Amino acid sequence: MLQGWVIASVSFAYLGVLFAIAYYGDKRADAGRSLIDNPTIYALSLAVYCTTWTFYGSVGRAASTGIGFLPIYLGPTLMAGLWWFVMLKIIRISKANRITSIADFVSSRYGKSQLLGGLVTVIAVIGIIPYISLQLKAVSNSFTILLHYPEIVMPAKAAAQPLLQDSALYIAMILAAFTILFGTRHLDATERHEGMVAAIAFESVVKLLAFLAVGIFVTYGIFSGFGDIFSRVESVPKLKSLMTVADTGASYGSWWSLTFLSMLSIMFLPRQFQIAVVENVNERHLARAIWLFPLYLLIINIFVLPIAVGGLMHFPDGSVDADTFVLTLPMAERQEALALFVFIGGLSAATGMVIVETIALSTMVCNDLVMPVLLRWKSLRLHEQHDLSGLLLSIRRWAIALILLLGYIYFRAAGEAYALVGIGLISFAAVAQFAPAIIGGIYWKGGTRQGAIAGLLAGFAVWSYTLLLPSFAKSGWLSIDFIREGLFGIALLKPQQFFGLAGLDEISHCLFWSMLANIGCYVAISLRVQPSVVETGQGTLFVDVFKRTAGAEGSRFWRGSAQVQELLPLIGRFLGPDRARASFLAYARQRGLSSIDALEANPDLVHFAENLLAGAIGGASARVMVASVVKEEPLGIDEVMNILDEASQVRAYSRQLEQKSHELEAATAELRAANERLKELDRLKDDFMSTVTHELRTPLTSIRAFSEILLEDPKIDLEERKKFLAIIVKEVERLTRLINQVLDLAKIESGNAEWHTANIDLHEVIEESVAATSSLFSDKRIGLDMALPGNVPKVRADRDRLIQVMLNLLSNAVKFCEAERGRVTVTLSAEEGEVRVDVKDNGSGIGEADQNTIFEKFRQVGDTMTAKPQGTGLGLPISRQIVEHFGGRLWVSSELGKGATFSFTLPLNGNGAERREERAEK
Amino acid sequence: MNRSILTGQRLAAVFLLGFVLFNYPLIALFNKPAKLFDIPLLYLYIFAAWALLIGLMAWVIESRKD
Repeated sequence: MLQGWVIASVSFAYLGVLFAIAYYGDKRADAGRSLIDNPTIYALSLAVYCTTWTFYGSVGRAASTGIGFLPIYLGPTLMAGLWWFVMLKIIRISKANRITSIADFVSSRYGKSQLLGGLVTVIAVIGIIPYISLQLKAVSNSFTILLHYPEIVMPAKAAAQPLLQDSALYIAMILAAFTILFGTRHLDATERHEGMVAAIAFESVVKLLAFLAVGIFVTYGIFSGFGDIFSRVESVPKLKSLMTVADTGASYGSWWSLTFLSMLSIMFLPRQFQIAVVENVNERHLARAIWLFPLYLLIINIFVLPIAVGGLMHFPDGSVDADTFVLTLPMAERQEALALFVFIGGLSAATGMVIVETIALSTMVCNDLVMPVLLRWKSLRLHEQHDLSGLLLSIRRWAIALILLLGYIYFRAAGEAYALVGIGLISFAAVAQFAPAIIGGIYWKGGTRQGAIAGLLAGFAVWSYTLLLPSFAKSGWLSIDFIREGLFGIALLKPQQFFGLAGLDEISHCLFWSMLANIGCYVAISLRVQPSVVETGQGTLFVDVFKRTAGAEGSRFWRGSAQVQELLPLIGRFLGPDRARASFLAYARQRGLSSIDALEANPDLVHFAENLLAGAIGGASARVMVASVVKEEPLGIDEVMNILDEASQVRAYSRQLEQKSHELEAATAELRAANERLKELDRLKDDFMSTVTHELRTPLTSIRAFSEILLEDPKIDLEERKKFLAIIVKEVERLTRLINQVLDLAKIESGNAEWHTANIDLHEVIEESVAATSSLFSDKRIGLDMALPGNVPKVRADRDRLIQVMLNLLSNAVKFCEAERGRVTVTLSAEEGEVRVDVKDNGSGIGEADQNTIFEKFRQVGDTMTAKPQGTGLGLPISRQIVEHFGGRLWVSSELGKGATFSFTLPLNGNGAERREERAEK
Repeated sequence: MNRSILTGQRLAAVFLLGFVLFNYPLIALFNKPAKLFDIPLLYLYIFAAWALLIGLMAWVIESRKD
């Protein structure tokens, strides 16, 4: 038997633990050792998304729609994939502008408009109140059910209690007190609550464990595993249909729209914005949350369907509300402790949501609704008050109490009209209205204040008409004829079949019409109206947040004069004088100044002060307050545009500069390479010149020596003379040959050589060359074999040039063969696309090191300086040039001592020469 | 920053994959009263696809080098 006092004291003990964690978290934060500076804690605190709506409601929804509960968790999973772009940008913008709530974000983006901030606040409060009442209802119901343990009594049957005996009232009061303790202990310039975040992360763990505990108990305790549960489903036709979704367009449509709706909610629910953006310690934490948060959602959903199906089988008569299965299943099995743990889990889910949501809403109500009104209310003489921070705190406390009170009133009034899940979706659809203004605002500079106001108003109106009012009608506050007949009986105005659009579920229907109206008005009005100066400036700051350095930019859109002596007391009035002095001193130190008096009241300081104030009272009010003590010279729209142009020009220039410098670097590298190449060529030219002169001098020296002998010594006999003259003639021939070859090579290399291209038969060329060199072979008695097949196709080339190549190769072969034992083989063969000629000898062979150098000019095997040269050293280079001119290749394969094979190929298509010339022309 | 943009693009690709996996017509392929490993096919498919997406995102995030 669970006594009321047992449940109550366990609950209070649990709340006490939460408060201890929060207290410890705040202490650690004050000491500068943040407890929540950790990506895992950040991800866990994001799980405030899972409220009692998840904890109890998912099972209820699964019991009626099967897997229809899942899109609400799949949407956030998908959205997490886009967080890297979208959420990071929102966090960066919010940190740069000290934004403290979603209303502040929208109002700051559109020119710090107080009207817009107020509008967002009103929509958020109206949209979220039902959601808060849902938490109250869940806790109160679960408490009532648990109180009747071991009997299972539905709260509806427990009858409506008188006000003072209603547990929900006390729960609301306790939660209000608790939230006030948590959220408004002191006024923080950045509006961050480290202790609260730590407690929320802890609550996320508790509710997950509680849900897993009951899931495991149902799946493995009552039944024997997933397989068992699902195989029992087979026998119940009603349950079998839950395993699939209806195969109709409408059901896929509503699947899609729920996914889309939850994608927006995970971004724009005030509590998600509070935790993800405002309470974010370090934007790098977002990275892990991108996968850890969806993982949390997956884990908490695994057992939803088994519990739902198990509950439906366990209570087949429908006497037990499916929304309570999580609690009633352990109760029916007499698991006292587990039931109590589940209750605590549900309490975690509820308190987490209520605390964060009401803190977020109270900040919005205070900064964007109450303060602007109070500050305008001259008779209050707020301008003369010295310290308003107490006032701010008490406004927030009252706002928290008021929001919870409204939640309670809604709970009492709405009664049992709607299942839990219905209420949650109404709130989701309300906050989805913020999406166009925010997403548009951070990516589109053209969005204007009027556009955002029009869009929000239109979306909100459609939401109210198609979703909120019908829910009132279903609760009996309005005539049900309103839904059935339409407004004033006009069928086209039926709120859930607007303009006759039937076939959609109510959420999809509302989402479609409200988004159409919202986006339509936002875009259309934005395109029609010229934005004001402030809007343009803020728009640029928001959209280009990644391109600008934080802080330094905002002040560029302000011009005027101010006094430190006026700014400091102003900030002090809202933050408390000590905190304000400390902040200013820190600012001064950062600038390298020793005291506040040394500060100059330049635009930077004014911007700093305004940002500081924005953290406490919101951007719009901060602007009004700062404007009251400084003399601002309004900037014209032209000037703002100039500043923006200047900035974008500077960016463009710097991009151009960067590009130019890259180009210059590339050009320098090219020049350096070209220079290296030129130096190399120069060196080659010098080498060539010295080699040529050396080669010329050798024959010249012997010619001169023999000529002088002949000239000086007339007594030489005729035999000697003839011999000397023969040497002279031979050397002169050598000289002539050398000079001819040098000229030849120069011509070929410079492209001035004459070519007589014709279709020639290599067969003939080889035979002619062999005939011309036959005397060489017979002199040294070297054998010559030929393998010349008759069917080799003709090639296009210069006949004389090819003979020159062959002569060179044949004479080389003879030169390096030993007399009598030498053997040279000439082979002609047709290969694929080319004709190949091999000249093989069995001479001394060429070492691997020399195989490339012999094709260089004047390089011969062996040292030309000492040994007697056996040729000019130009034959092979010339031959290679000729063969390459006709598109062929010339190479050698050899091993030292085993002879050498010189081979060349010529392409068969015969247009190698033409191709080469064309290339040269290009 | 370039690496960061690359990570963002990879995550956006995971988003697109998820968008296809969780919507008509792919989901209709598995919308059958059949069972695999004693578990309803659609239920199994969605959780498997979901786990795959989370695994991909974790892999993209934890293997990045910036």
